[in-house]
Amino acid sequence: MKYILWVLLLLFSVSCKEKKYSNNSENQPILPSEVLPNKIETVELEVYDFNRFKKYLNRTDDTVYVINFWATWCAPCVKELPFFEKVHTEYADKNVKVLLVSLDFPHLYDSKLKPFIIKNNIKSKVVALDDVDMNAWIPQISKDWSGSIPATLIYKNDNSKFFEQSFNYKALEHEIIKFLK
Amino acid sequence: MKTPVLLSIMMLTFMSDFTLNNVKERSGYQIGDVVADFELKNIDGNMVSLSDYKDVKGFIITFTCNTCPFSIAYEDRIMALNEKYASKGYPVIAINPNNPKVQPGDSYKSMQQRALEKGFTFPYLVDEGQQVYPKFGATKTPHMFVLQNTKQGPVVKYIGAIDDNYKDANAVNTKYVENAVNALLSGHPVKLQETKAIGCTIKV
Repeated sequence: MKYILWVLLLLFSVSCKEKKYSNNSENQPILPSEVLPNKIETVELEVYDFNRFKKYLNRTDDTVYVINFWATWCAPCVKELPFFEKVHTEYADKNVKVLLVSLDFPHLYDSKLKPFIIKNNIKSKVVALDDVDMNAWIPQISKDWSGSIPATLIYKNDNSKFFEQSFNYKALEHEIIKFLK
Repeated sequence: MKTPVLLSIMMLTFMSDFTLNNVKERSGYQIGDVVADFELKNIDGNMVSLSDYKDVKGFIITFTCNTCPFSIAYEDRIMALNEKYASKGYPVIAINPNNPKVQPGDSYKSMQQRALEKGFTFPYLVDEGQQVYPKFGATKTPHMFVLQNTKQGPVVKYIGAIDDNYKDANAVNTKYVENAVNALLSGHPVKLQETKAIGCTIKV
């Protein structure tokens, strides 16, 4: 009951905001005090090492998975998040699922990542990938990935495409539609 | 008669381009390439070139910046690399590739401040006009390049990350850059020539 109240309050408090996300980049950290600490507890963040995360990369259920690698400190990532959120909403009934994989530093989950999720009312599923052996897992996501973010993997069953780039909504939608055909 | 053939060839080329555009090789210098010299402004106002360094065996070049959390996490380790290897002939040169108009925290003044605060013992150069980083094919900060001087000029011997644990210098298993430089110092080939790591996109 308490949880529902919080959700309602949250929906109410962010619904009037314009759709541009607060730019929580390197220069403008969100102050933890801006978000009530007991709200942070409502964010259940799943944290994975790469081995456990891999299950998200090889599903074969005819769903189009849009997996975006981002972090709150990455300004171009934050800038494109609304487009992924829009895909999440507009393609929910078309078998498209968005997964936002945060690469934030673990010691900042509570002070940066969770407040960001609350403040921007992120509706797509957010998980955190915490695995320092980056040279081992980056090539497993794509051999073409140099490691810069934002980066996005779109796949459906055995068919996948990787993008080490920023998206606008039109370009993102264009790529997703290709997978729906 | 020739036109349809030509047209279909063009079409085919276009189509293959289209399907292949996703598979992109990292552009810029590859392992074994000779690096062209550059001249960039240091935070002390002086211009710095590779050819200014006499009697060095090579360089540890890092594309880094003030603002990226990964760069900040590695600052002390970059300083330690210079402490350890400058005297052995492999000095560190740091280059900031970000356009300060896009990333104000990487302005010349901010670079001077950061270098002063941290006590950088190596040049911290401005890639003015963002001309040099594309030649190296740096894609992010931090991005390391180990060069070895040869008769042909400085040759790229290692590209990638500093080590395999950005979070904790004490928990590192493999020191990629140190291993590469140690191999070069002892006349051995570099075993692991390229590594991948998450970093911040270069802001242009």
